[in-house]
Amino acid sequence: MSIEHKITTQKVNFKVFRFNADEDYLPYYENYDMEVTSEEVVLDILNRIKWDHDGSFSYRRSCRHGICGTCAIKVNGRSTLACKESMNDMVELFGNELVIEPLSTKRAVKDMIIDKGDFWEKHAAVTPYLVADIDENPESENLVSPEDAEKLDEADLCIQCGACHYACPAVAINEDFFGPAAFAAAYRFSADVRDNSTSRLADVNEEKQGVWDCVKCFECAEACPKEINPIGKITKLHQMAFQEGIAKNNVAVRHAVGFKKSIVKNGVLDEGGLVLYSEGPAIVKHIPVAFKMFTKGKIVPPWGITKSENLDEIQKLVKSSSTVKF
Amino acid sequence: MEKLRYALFTGCTAKQSTPEQMMSTVAVAEKLGIELVELTEASCCGASHLQDYDDFLSLVLNARNIAYAEKHGLTMVTICNTCQLNTAMTKHRLDNNEELKAKVNEKLAEVGLEYKGTSNVTHFLYAIIDDFGLDKLKEMVVTPLSQFNIAPFYGCHNIRPSELQNETHKTAENPYNPTSLDDLIIACGGETVDYEEKNKCCGFHVELQAPHTAAVLTGNAIAGAMDGNADWMVTPCPLCHLKLDTQTAHASKAIGREVELPVLHMQQMVGLALGCTPAELGLNHHLAKVDFV
Repeated sequence: MSIEHKITTQKVNFKVFRFNADEDYLPYYENYDMEVTSEEVVLDILNRIKWDHDGSFSYRRSCRHGICGTCAIKVNGRSTLACKESMNDMVELFGNELVIEPLSTKRAVKDMIIDKGDFWEKHAAVTPYLVADIDENPESENLVSPEDAEKLDEADLCIQCGACHYACPAVAINEDFFGPAAFAAAYRFSADVRDNSTSRLADVNEEKQGVWDCVKCFECAEACPKEINPIGKITKLHQMAFQEGIAKNNVAVRHAVGFKKSIVKNGVLDEGGLVLYSEGPAIVKHIPVAFKMFTKGKIVPPWGITKSENLDEIQKLVKSSSTVKF
Repeated sequence: MEKLRYALFTGCTAKQSTPEQMMSTVAVAEKLGIELVELTEASCCGASHLQDYDDFLSLVLNARNIAYAEKHGLTMVTICNTCQLNTAMTKHRLDNNEELKAKVNEKLAEVGLEYKGTSNVTHFLYAIIDDFGLDKLKEMVVTPLSQFNIAPFYGCHNIRPSELQNETHKTAENPYNPTSLDDLIIACGGETVDYEEKNKCCGFHVELQAPHTAAVLTGNAIAGAMDGNADWMVTPCPLCHLKLDTQTAHASKAIGREVELPVLHMQQMVGLALGCTPAELGLNHHLAKVDFV
């Protein structure tokens, strides 16, 4: 039995970001109407804009096999590897009006081409290589067991496309923040049994730029075209900080530890107590908002907290199941 | 239709800093004829922070919470996006890893419990949409919210990671173009406001350690809704509510623009449409004054 494969077409309006840093003061959007076939990927559309509409239209592409990561752009705000993303899926997701933009409009140089300097600087800053004393004349191979290789959790499959980096809202606001791609790289080498770096984990635990400033929004997990799940690696870096004993006694770390303390005490969280434990004396800065919340009945005093029933069970489980000391 | 029954996992916030969320959940459930059996034995889910500290401990505690829902033979319903994420993530991991499940059950056995994997975990928003049905809700609306432009604010942990969350929703939610909350607004007779920030992060989880980042995210979200001519915002997440309702002064300063809108819990919006009184819904507990009712 043969299966008939029918190619379909549909009209799509593309609103395309245009900007030439050498000529334009401000960016603008150009409209292109096209008949799009069910066989095409987003990169085909970029090609057709250049070949059929405007030869000056600029973008990056290389391998066309989802390996080099150069063609990453945004479609309707969604980070997309142009050579991998089917037009059918895009239309199904967003309809027949699609906005094509570079990964970061702020960093646009020419149309879809951006200056990825910040991305590479942050990548370089996390020691993205194996730190090990290598015997130049080894007697045998330096073997890694399948179990140890699994610990990398596919972080080694990152193609440095920047999709997660420029999807990350914390990166957009805080120029010091390393971002999910750099963290995935840091995890890749920190999880390698051969690695002996003593500084990488400390670097990614620095305040203002490190893993503690991750907003936990999962944008990076959605954006990654290789399904590497960068936020999963960020969580593992958090855990490594405790396991390796390098977690610093700062507000972010106390905030994580405070959950355990509160659960032991009440089962549920004592929200006010958690803020006090995390902030210490700096809690005074929250007083104006806390006062307003109090007047609206939004703050429960410590004696008013309803504890979990069977609290003894919870306390017993915390005692027997805890794997980390801090 | 058979009466819907759920094991209610309140989370911590509904019992402390958002009492109105608990009040409105109970009021709406009563109006809809949904029975909620509160899991009074439940502990905190860890709110994505305990998980950073001790992954195994968070698995054991979340598995214990689900085990109590299983004892009732009920689907667990959450009313907080982050509780939903942490509970659903625990269930996913245990249901797909027999070895891990055995390790967790070894601990739970110490207190006479077992995680079997028989109870589903869903959020009240999706319970209304998937199980109760929007058509039926529409029929029950006595006060259509037709004079209001309402800006939905989805909250990250109901829509991302989509692969996980779509395991628990019968109707798949697209994280780039979510529709559940918009559909709920329309069912209540309101007009939805489409704005860029509706599926973005509110910044709640870094409010203490990265206050500027958190404040900008909050400010952008409210500003987006205001620019879309919203009369008010609505969210299924009490953590987003707290950020959007209580942090407007910091947010305004961070983005250099005065921003403030009433921010209702999803349950409060549904309750208004169903004819509940403002007092039943706890509308007086908001910092951004709700002065339209």
